[in-house]
Amino acid sequence: MTGRPAAAQDQGEPAPEHDEEHNLRRFATIWGRAIYSVTATSMTRVEFEAHLVPQARVLRETLRARPFDPRPAVAVGAALVDAHCTDPEALPSILGVIDAYLVLYCPPPADVPADEARIRCSRLQHAVAVGFSQALRERTLSEQESISRAALGAQAEAERALADSEAKLRAVFEGAAVGIGIADMDGNVLEINDAAARMFGGEAHIRRRNVSDWVHPENEPAIRGLNGELVRGERDGYHVEKAYPRADGTVLWANLQVSLLRDTEGRPQYQLALLEDITERRGLLQRLRHQATHDALTGLPNRALFFERLDQALDPDGPTSRIGLCYLDLDGFKTVNDSLGHAVGDRLLVAVAERLRACLTSDDQLVARIGGDEFVALYTDPPGQEAVTDLATRILDALAAPIALDDRDLRVHGSIGIVYGPAGSRGAADVLRSADITMYRAKEHGGNRYEVADPDSDARAITRHGLTNRLPEALERGEFFVEYQPLIGLEDGAVLGAEALVRWGHPVHGVLGPDQFIPLAESTGQIVPLGRWVLEQAARQAREWQLDHPGGSCAPRVNVNLSPIQLHHRDLVAEIAGVLEETGLPPGALCLEVTESALIGADEDALKPLRRIADLGVAIALDDFGTGYSNLSSLRWLPVSVLKLDRAFTRGMRRHPADPVDLKIVEGIVSLAHSLDLTVTVEGVETRTQAEHLRALGCDHGQGWYYARPGPPEHLHHLSLADAG
Amino acid sequence: MTDRPSWAPQGIDLTVPSVSRVYDYFLGGSHNFEVDREAARVALKAFPGIPKIGQANRAAMRRAVRFAVDRGIGQFLDIGSGIPTFGNVHEVAQAAAPGARVVYVDNDPVAVAHSKAVLADNPDATIAAADLRDPLSILEHPETRRMLDFDRPIALMLVAVVHFLSDDDRPAEIIATLRDALAPGSIMVITHATLGGPTPEGQRAAQKVYQRTATPLLMRTKDELEPFFAGFEIVEPGIVPLAYWRPDAPLTEDDETAALHGLAAVGLKA
Repeated sequence: MTGRPAAAQDQGEPAPEHDEEHNLRRFATIWGRAIYSVTATSMTRVEFEAHLVPQARVLRETLRARPFDPRPAVAVGAALVDAHCTDPEALPSILGVIDAYLVLYCPPPADVPADEARIRCSRLQHAVAVGFSQALRERTLSEQESISRAALGAQAEAERALADSEAKLRAVFEGAAVGIGIADMDGNVLEINDAAARMFGGEAHIRRRNVSDWVHPENEPAIRGLNGELVRGERDGYHVEKAYPRADGTVLWANLQVSLLRDTEGRPQYQLALLEDITERRGLLQRLRHQATHDALTGLPNRALFFERLDQALDPDGPTSRIGLCYLDLDGFKTVNDSLGHAVGDRLLVAVAERLRACLTSDDQLVARIGGDEFVALYTDPPGQEAVTDLATRILDALAAPIALDDRDLRVHGSIGIVYGPAGSRGAADVLRSADITMYRAKEHGGNRYEVADPDSDARAITRHGLTNRLPEALERGEFFVEYQPLIGLEDGAVLGAEALVRWGHPVHGVLGPDQFIPLAESTGQIVPLGRWVLEQAARQAREWQLDHPGGSCAPRVNVNLSPIQLHHRDLVAEIAGVLEETGLPPGALCLEVTESALIGADEDALKPLRRIADLGVAIALDDFGTGYSNLSSLRWLPVSVLKLDRAFTRGMRRHPADPVDLKIVEGIVSLAHSLDLTVTVEGVETRTQAEHLRALGCDHGQGWYYARPGPPEHLHHLSLADAG
Repeated sequence: MTDRPSWAPQGIDLTVPSVSRVYDYFLGGSHNFEVDREAARVALKAFPGIPKIGQANRAAMRRAVRFAVDRGIGQFLDIGSGIPTFGNVHEVAQAAAPGARVVYVDNDPVAVAHSKAVLADNPDATIAAADLRDPLSILEHPETRRMLDFDRPIALMLVAVVHFLSDDDRPAEIIATLRDALAPGSIMVITHATLGGPTPEGQRAAQKVYQRTATPLLMRTKDELEPFFAGFEIVEPGIVPLAYWRPDAPLTEDDETAALHGLAAVGLKA
């Protein structure tokens, strides 16, 4: 059909009768072309025209039928609707082509008059129109019905799915292990699930109640604020741990997640609460925390909890302004433990703990067991120091009555160190150390008493701590210096030498004496470098004195203290030899003082270094002689050449007449020493009386404030010159 | 719809015009409600040529189905199938190749329900309720799995549906997901609205009508369609106006007008 003219009017003459089929197709082609553009058919033009041929044939046969009956043409109209000529606009085209071309291409028999043919053609068109209309109506109705049924079906499907999903949600809601509750925006509970009912201990307890009914003192007020924000739509949810009163009066602790449910316009509509019962978990945590913070034996708070509370109390940003602390150590508890066994010791501690607990009179007092037989009572914001000493008195009183265990009356006493002062300025460890030291003071004073820490002892405690840490760098920074205390010949009053005494010029604490830091240096090992440094200083100084006394014989010697720690240091001998070599000091001008206690019990191996030092020509003095259990026989083989008598011997000689026993003892020692070729030096000579006694007893040298206090090396020089003068 | 749990039903709102029912009205059908016809009338008033475009689109689809059948493809996955009225993929395909298997996919519950009724007696065609925006839900749908063999070539029909995907939907990624499921020798048919021809104003007005539906329409140019064919070889004559795609009759004036407002192309997966 391609290339043919589109308009039917252009077609030529009707076909000859013998080519009827050809004419029929021509008619169908014209018809199709007229209708195709107004149909919605999915057929191609060719297909569509072929589709019209049978319909054209029906029209032709109906036109020719005898008798004439137009009704078969009704089916043609219906068939066109079936072919999707559903637009009413198509009808004029359909009928127009029939009107114009049907008789022309498919003429009725010759005996049918032209008028009759025209009438038949018109009636055929009426029938086609009827068929078209009927079919279109049927089709429209049927399509409407089918789409409605589809819509209804889809709706039913959606509803079923909704019901299905609701059933699933309902099952989730009912069967959930977490508690679920829904409340309106006024807080009225609308719905709860079984889990929530169980948690609260009964449905009646929560249904038709208001969420604001469940107040519990343990809840933070902030929760109410959160809920207010939620209800006002300012937040979409919150998550808290909350306590609820259960039906039976116990507490339900819940991990609570509240969410705001909004309607489609975004307006707050419901509050949804998800609750997880954490009562048990919380209880367990509390038990664990209790275990972690309490002493298993006595049930008292333990060291950890005590320090936690003390830290809180001392927090400068905390609410506490003052603290009181009683540090209690049981006197003689070790004896009980050793003699009666640990089981009894433990029961004794339990009984003591019980009594201590009874001493507390308010919530701001706490008693803890922080060690074997060490207890501490912490008093937060006591009204005054007296309140703290009262507490200590109560404790001592509580322990006064004997403790009956197995028909045995056990007596325990305590020594208490009290610290009372402002919070915020000290650390917990400092406070406890101060209390510890003070407690020892109470013990030293006989026990069964309390002592109150005073600023001095505190300062000492702090200094001790601070010094230890600072020692190493102090040496590097040159904070140490050496003073010299002259050694005087008792016979002629001449300056024979001096003892080198190390001082620490501490930038904060001022000048510190050796007793304040030497023990620290010994305990930390710092004594080795410090001792070496002192030796070097002293040796250099002695060499200077020698150079100032060209004659040499009367140049002062120098005494340097040697710590037991140094004595055991491998390189000691080499170091001393090195220092002598370096400074050029003759060995005979150096005397090393070793305490008696460092040598007592020493075996030959331990003495070897000392012997080698003596072999160098260096003098060795036995310092503090007479303070220990002196083994006089050891003097025979110890490599010493000087005895330094402890000041204890000179105390009895301060007055006239002197203690005769002291005189006898010193006399004996001197005589023994001299018989062993040892010279005797006496320390602590403070009065002329003492000096005279000692000289009378035959002592060789004296040292003490009577002659001179320790001072810079120049002082000795003056003294020496004065002496020479 | 992917953010909903699978068991939550999609609601049906018959007060909102449905793309498939409006389309049915354009094609002279009565599978529609007043709300659809109202929307259709507004669109028609602005752009009376729409039914012609619809016809041209269906004609192009038909030719593409035949193209597939000629290549020996007997499986069709028609996404966005809408209301099945007449001349649908399964009719054309099964007429040309008896036993051809067709899976229709639509996200309109009414269209799905209608399709179920229409296809009730057809053992080789079925409908899956799914959304193109969730291509895996299409590929994994039990009906898809039941009806199609992904080891053999499939004709993926995206007829007048991709223009309902916004760029935010990442249409290229969606198509790539579908492509990756296809066996070599498969084809993909896309027809798509485009802004062109003498009445862009009317087209814009029509586009506005679609904004009122649940599925707004987005016109795309030839160049914008090309990336969708990544992984495909676009067969002759390329991405062309609807009526120009392998016409089986000379074009008429009607065709010419309609042709300018839609594009068609077929890609072949190597």
